[in-house]
Amino acid sequence: MSQLKLISRVSRVLSGAVKRSELFEINKVNTNNARTMASKGLTVENMNPNIVKLEYAVRGPLVIRAGEIEKELEKGAQKPFKRVIKANIGDAHAMGQKPITFIRQVMACLALPDLIDKGIFPEDVKQRAREILDACGGGSVGSYTASHGIELVRRRVADYIQRRDGHPAHWEDIFLSSGASTAIKNCLQLFCNDLGGKTSGVMIPIPQYPLYSASLAEYGLAQVGYYLDEEHHWGLDLRELERSLAEASATCNVRALVVINPGNPTGQVLTRDNIESIIKFAKKHGLFLFADEVYQDNVYAAGSKFHSFKKVLVELGDDYKDVELASFMSVSKGYMGECGARGGWAELRGVNAAVRAQLYKCISAMLCPNVLGQAAIDCVARPPQPGEPSYELYIKEKTDVLDSLKKRAEMIVDAFNQMQGFKCNVVQGAMYAFPRFELPPRAVAAAAAAGIPPDTFYAFRLLEETGICIVPGSGFGQRPGTYHFRTTILPQPELLREMLDIFKKFHQKFTAEYSG
Amino acid sequence: MKLEKCLTEENLNQNLLNIQYAVRGPILQRALQIERELVKGVPKRFKRVVRANCGDCHALGQKPITFIRQVLALVSFPELISSRLDIPQDVKDRAKELLDDCTKGSVGSYSPSNGLNLVRSRVAQYITNRDGVPSNPDDIYLGSGASDVIKSVLTLFVEDVGGKPPAVMVPIPQYPLFSGTLSELGVRQVDYYLDEEHDWALQISELERSWRDASIESNVRALVVINPGNPTGQVLTRDNIEQIIKFAYERNLFILADEVYQENIVSKPFHSFKKVMFEMGAPYSRMELASFLTTSKGYAAECGLRSGYVELLHLQPSVQKTFNTMRSVMQCPSVLGQCILDCVMKPPSPGKPSHNQFINEIRDIHQVLKERTATAYKTFNSIPGYFCNPIDGSMFAYPRIEIPVEAQLEAKKLNMSPDEFYCLRLLEETGVCVIPGTGFGQLPGSFHFRTTILHPKDEFQYMMDSIRRFHLNFMQLYP
Repeated sequence: MSQLKLISRVSRVLSGAVKRSELFEINKVNTNNARTMASKGLTVENMNPNIVKLEYAVRGPLVIRAGEIEKELEKGAQKPFKRVIKANIGDAHAMGQKPITFIRQVMACLALPDLIDKGIFPEDVKQRAREILDACGGGSVGSYTASHGIELVRRRVADYIQRRDGHPAHWEDIFLSSGASTAIKNCLQLFCNDLGGKTSGVMIPIPQYPLYSASLAEYGLAQVGYYLDEEHHWGLDLRELERSLAEASATCNVRALVVINPGNPTGQVLTRDNIESIIKFAKKHGLFLFADEVYQDNVYAAGSKFHSFKKVLVELGDDYKDVELASFMSVSKGYMGECGARGGWAELRGVNAAVRAQLYKCISAMLCPNVLGQAAIDCVARPPQPGEPSYELYIKEKTDVLDSLKKRAEMIVDAFNQMQGFKCNVVQGAMYAFPRFELPPRAVAAAAAAGIPPDTFYAFRLLEETGICIVPGSGFGQRPGTYHFRTTILPQPELLREMLDIFKKFHQKFTAEYSG
Repeated sequence: MKLEKCLTEENLNQNLLNIQYAVRGPILQRALQIERELVKGVPKRFKRVVRANCGDCHALGQKPITFIRQVLALVSFPELISSRLDIPQDVKDRAKELLDDCTKGSVGSYSPSNGLNLVRSRVAQYITNRDGVPSNPDDIYLGSGASDVIKSVLTLFVEDVGGKPPAVMVPIPQYPLFSGTLSELGVRQVDYYLDEEHDWALQISELERSWRDASIESNVRALVVINPGNPTGQVLTRDNIEQIIKFAYERNLFILADEVYQENIVSKPFHSFKKVMFEMGAPYSRMELASFLTTSKGYAAECGLRSGYVELLHLQPSVQKTFNTMRSVMQCPSVLGQCILDCVMKPPSPGKPSHNQFINEIRDIHQVLKERTATAYKTFNSIPGYFCNPIDGSMFAYPRIEIPVEAQLEAKKLNMSPDEFYCLRLLEETGVCVIPGTGFGQLPGSFHFRTTILHPKDEFQYMMDSIRRFHLNFMQLYP
């Protein structure tokens, strides 16, 4: 602040014209934009309020605390346990799952093309690397690609979708992204427009994966929650969808509907009937459909089958040809687990060309998705085929991973359902269990006294006493008065057994402590 | 039942309509179309398109740094570490270090959302070595390129202050990530003109003028400085940087220092904003600052692998906390990209097996930069009607061109700005694809284009010859 201004301000304070508190409050917004000695240009009061509001429980305070505990253990701190078990995040490699060899060999060749002719890799790996390099500027994965991704890869994704669904897919409807999260955010952002003076709203499931709630908060879009039906395998109940929409319509324009299938955190795989009724609901109300299908390869339960929204939509016939749909997929899940690669895609259907042109602009300012992530997508979209040198190993690795996940999904549900006060729906797919549990009233009161939700209170105690890190249901949403948590099914079988055992003992102890 | 689409141009996010990103805009689209036509055998006056629109060195034939790619291969497929391949020991050691810092030794695991601990500490060390000022790894956030973290930082400013909408000062000419992102966020862009007559300096009087004009209706919250400049290629003098810092202090502006070309400098010394602020002492040394770097530039030029960082200084702790949360929603940047950043932050040391080759490779790259900047400067200034400032760094030339009035009228008829018209004609007649100055901004009434200049020698000569020939023709066509 210039001397003159400072003097004039001080004198105004002294004369009472300006409140003393205004001058000396450290974080006060500077309305005349001049600097005081301890002021910040950016404060919690004057920064983007949407960012202040957003939360992401999957990496929230519990996880931060778990990280601290790990450091304490490293330093030799004494605790009732020897290690933290991170069951909070859907990160398969972090829990010991091995990568698919074919994918990593291709990536190595792309990183260092000299390796291709060294005679150490199977022919199909070399071929794949050459194909991708041919499609890269200067034959290097270090060149930018087209913003939508390498055309070759987009075409392969289209082929993948076509094979999966039995219906044509067009490569121009597909754009690659650095993880599905980026594509989802870019599409959500399209709705930021207060039509007729009303905020736009997006329907999201309760419980939901908190990328949605966080992104809607960031964009200032209204969250329109619809409860999944816990009594019926976490299905989407039409009446509940109608109720949620009708209620929200009083205050916002409900424009889109997000469905996560297979579900996160809830693990359901929707029946075909359910999908059809959801599409009909969307059409009836003119809603844009977001189909988050990143777990499409993670289907375990007998009788469960993955039906893509795209396929069901097409099969509903001509009446539905104008329904707008964005379907998302990622290389972070499935049998690949390549979370760190940041590879994903979106397929758009029924989206107006002018809108796609606008979407392209957003995407192009970030240049392009990372090229090795695109390579991983290529390997997922067109894996080794029977007869090809890498096929045997590939199919064995894939099958082993999915079989193991299936067994762990069963193990975890059985274990929880045998525990007093727990009820866990079958994990039909995805990577999580979301059991409901009872809390004694005294525990609920203790949580209230501590100023945190009861399931969070429970989760912190669990972490501090056993080292198990899960995410409380309040991070995903749940019916008021119910308590859940999400645990992954990813710890390797032996560790998972151990974890469930520890869990059981903890729950008994906790319940005993707060009973009577 | 609604008949209208859920999403139309009228009902979607209107901020997006204002985004223009010329680097990948209409001229490039036409260039791609022409390439397809050439493949189909459509006859043209040229045999190939010369893409000079983008700062992408590998696309122009520059080779990756061997050490970096060897490390990348090993962390992608760790079995290679113990294979019979002839890989230098320091590469293996680096790969092991990185894998040790990845959960369960896999680059497929998520990293912490601000980036692998090891890499952040190396970034901090690099900054400390560069500036002689300590850097804290907890102030470092890795991103998918610098663009990613620039956008995150700009997002923080989306809030009215004192009843006025937020605004951010950007240089004209600027790299259109800034204008594009500000449009997307609905934040006002406040232009300050760089001084073409004085080597593209930032004149304080112009900063003042721009700030004052904007402050009537906006709350001007931040100041973007690009040093070395893009598209303008200047390296700011230390004096100029000090003046800018003082100005920002007086006006309570958060400085965003885009310093991504700091390793693409011919010979002038680079002074980071951080270093200068610290050396100026209090109160400047306590200012908020965001400094950006990427592995897309420098000698690595790994554009496709999307890796960069921001160093955030002196943020209010609760603001930093919300920034952390915001970044965590996107999980983390590509782990392989982070590995590349590690190699750039800590290259092979003297005495280690990879050191000599590394030094040779960067020396060759620097030599090319030196030659091309000199040639571009000389050649452009020798074309009648062209003026080009000395190019201190970056990868571009931004010559000013005279466009005859007749041609300007022609452009107007076609609903284009004169420089867009000029660049389109250049493309159609020679196959050379450059970006018109309209995409970056320029003083009204002046015309420029930005061209990349790091092509192989023959290709570069061909491009310069084509431009000269085209321009002489053009002047005859529109006397």
